[in-house]
Amino acid sequence: MLKVDNISLEVGAFKLHDITFDVEKGDYLVILGISGVGKSLLLETIAGLQKPFSGKIFLRGNDITSAKIQERKISIVYQDVVLFPHLTVYENIAYPLKSNGYKNIKEKVIEYAELVGVADKLDRQPSTLSGGEAQRVALARSLAAGSDIFLLDEPLTSLDLKSRAELRALLRKLNRSGITIIHVTHEYEEALSLATKIGVMEKGRLINLDKPENVFKQPKSDFVAHFVGIKNFMKGNLRTIQGSDLKEFTTEDLKVFCLTEANDGEAFLMIQSNEITISNKADESSSRNHFKGEIIDIAHAKLGYEITVNAGREIIITVSGDAVKSLELEIGKEVFVNFKASSCKVFN
Amino acid sequence: MRVFDKNRSMLHLVFLFLGGVVLLFIVAPLIGMYFNTPLESFKDAIASDEVRDSIWLSIWTSIAATFLFSIFAIPLAYILARKNFMFKSFINGLIDVPIIIPHSAAGIAVLGIISRDSFLGQAADLIGLKFVGNPAGIIMAMAFVSVPFLINSARDGFAAVPERLEKIALTLGASPARVFFTISLPLAWRSIVSGFIMMWARGMSEFGAVVIVAYNPQTAPVLIFERFTAYGLKYSVPAAAIFVLVSLVIFIALRLVNRKNYNAESR
Repeated sequence: MLKVDNISLEVGAFKLHDITFDVEKGDYLVILGISGVGKSLLLETIAGLQKPFSGKIFLRGNDITSAKIQERKISIVYQDVVLFPHLTVYENIAYPLKSNGYKNIKEKVIEYAELVGVADKLDRQPSTLSGGEAQRVALARSLAAGSDIFLLDEPLTSLDLKSRAELRALLRKLNRSGITIIHVTHEYEEALSLATKIGVMEKGRLINLDKPENVFKQPKSDFVAHFVGIKNFMKGNLRTIQGSDLKEFTTEDLKVFCLTEANDGEAFLMIQSNEITISNKADESSSRNHFKGEIIDIAHAKLGYEITVNAGREIIITVSGDAVKSLELEIGKEVFVNFKASSCKVFN
Repeated sequence: MRVFDKNRSMLHLVFLFLGGVVLLFIVAPLIGMYFNTPLESFKDAIASDEVRDSIWLSIWTSIAATFLFSIFAIPLAYILARKNFMFKSFINGLIDVPIIIPHSAAGIAVLGIISRDSFLGQAADLIGLKFVGNPAGIIMAMAFVSVPFLINSARDGFAAVPERLEKIALTLGASPARVFFTISLPLAWRSIVSGFIMMWARGMSEFGAVVIVAYNPQTAPVLIFERFTAYGLKYSVPAAAIFVLVSLVIFIALRLVNRKNYNAESR
């Protein structure tokens, strides 16, 4: 649907180098990267607000690199500057309808406002809305523009937890209804909870573009790898256990008990490598998870050692050099791997 | 702590006194005009066609100058606020030149481009328009010295409008012209109106440049000057006091309206 082909650009301190990727209709692409890496610049280039030095952008097979911004049907929603402050909520949503010469504007405005849950706020001024409400109105306005590609620039970053959860649900709903979304953020949890594809940007380059599980399993970037325990990352199913506050996360090879607020169903599990212990005997501590496995690798890490244990699937544990000696850890040895249910980070 | 507070309150008292002196310096001469003039003289001045015509001429020519030149000043202000280009700082400086040069010199400069010998003067002659000794010339002289106020104020207003709002509007299908008229202009409106008021007030009160371009018909400042030089202080004060009063009333009313609009918008 959208093809970005070898885009390069430099604006002030921000640079893009040879960015190439494809987005299919209905994709939810999250581009992860730290501040200043060029994420917003990439969105503005796709929207036509910046002109690339080289490379091309294709939309539905047509070269739109030099197309007029207002004819692209690609909407951008920023984190901070969201609504036109001098127009009411109604007028904000009606703005693109008037620009495009639509009739039945009132009906359309109400339809989109109901879809995003702001129908009771149509007479309000933007300054009286919460951050989450303002983002909803911005999304309704983008829908009113007839855009089927939304570019979201850190839309959740300045919101409180409750508003984030609500807006995430709305974004999923819009995505399921066929809206293609490209969402940039520096928060990997946001990426995991929304993306069907994740791209990682570093120093103006898109260095990793894949399904979420692959991006986190085999990080090609320090940015991804710096999330400790990123290697203990798995996709599976979460299920409530009757009569317990724990939930059961199952993959093909493992069954893990987790203390989490995540919902039942498909989920991602992350465990930090320094929250896992190794013992030579079955652990009798408060840890709910114990797996027997064989050490298949011992490698120097920045701090201590990284021990890889095959317990049905590979689990990586960070231990001190002292522990390696005292437990006499070596490749081929059978050990027990233990971690607490509360060490599990689960994302839907 | 007490010492500090005492020192601070002493400082505030000194500042209050110094500030009071300058306020008195502004207010006292103006009030003096009204107290030192017999009521009869005011009545005579108000009854005088000469005085009334000169005030009306000052008002309408300055309004005309403001609206006419806003057509050029506002687009320039927008470009200066939004675009980066070579010599931008130079142009920003150039805009302030009419403010800093002596206004008689400004009048000479304006006369140079609108006199009958100039290209503009000759072109205007072809359609029967004369600048020198004509309201058209007064408008030109007023605009020359006052348009910087509008350009500067409008430029600051446009610069304060987040560029992202304009970008969003473009991605929503609005043409650049629609973005300008529905987003940029309304959001910068308060600064632009302030600029209008300042340009109008500055133009209306202009003497130096106007007197060189058009001694006649007489604007109020020229009439006041003429009465002063021909008949002395006593005879010029009533006209001056009436002109000051009219200017102040309009100025304050416009300021109040602008502030009220702003408050309404920001609610």
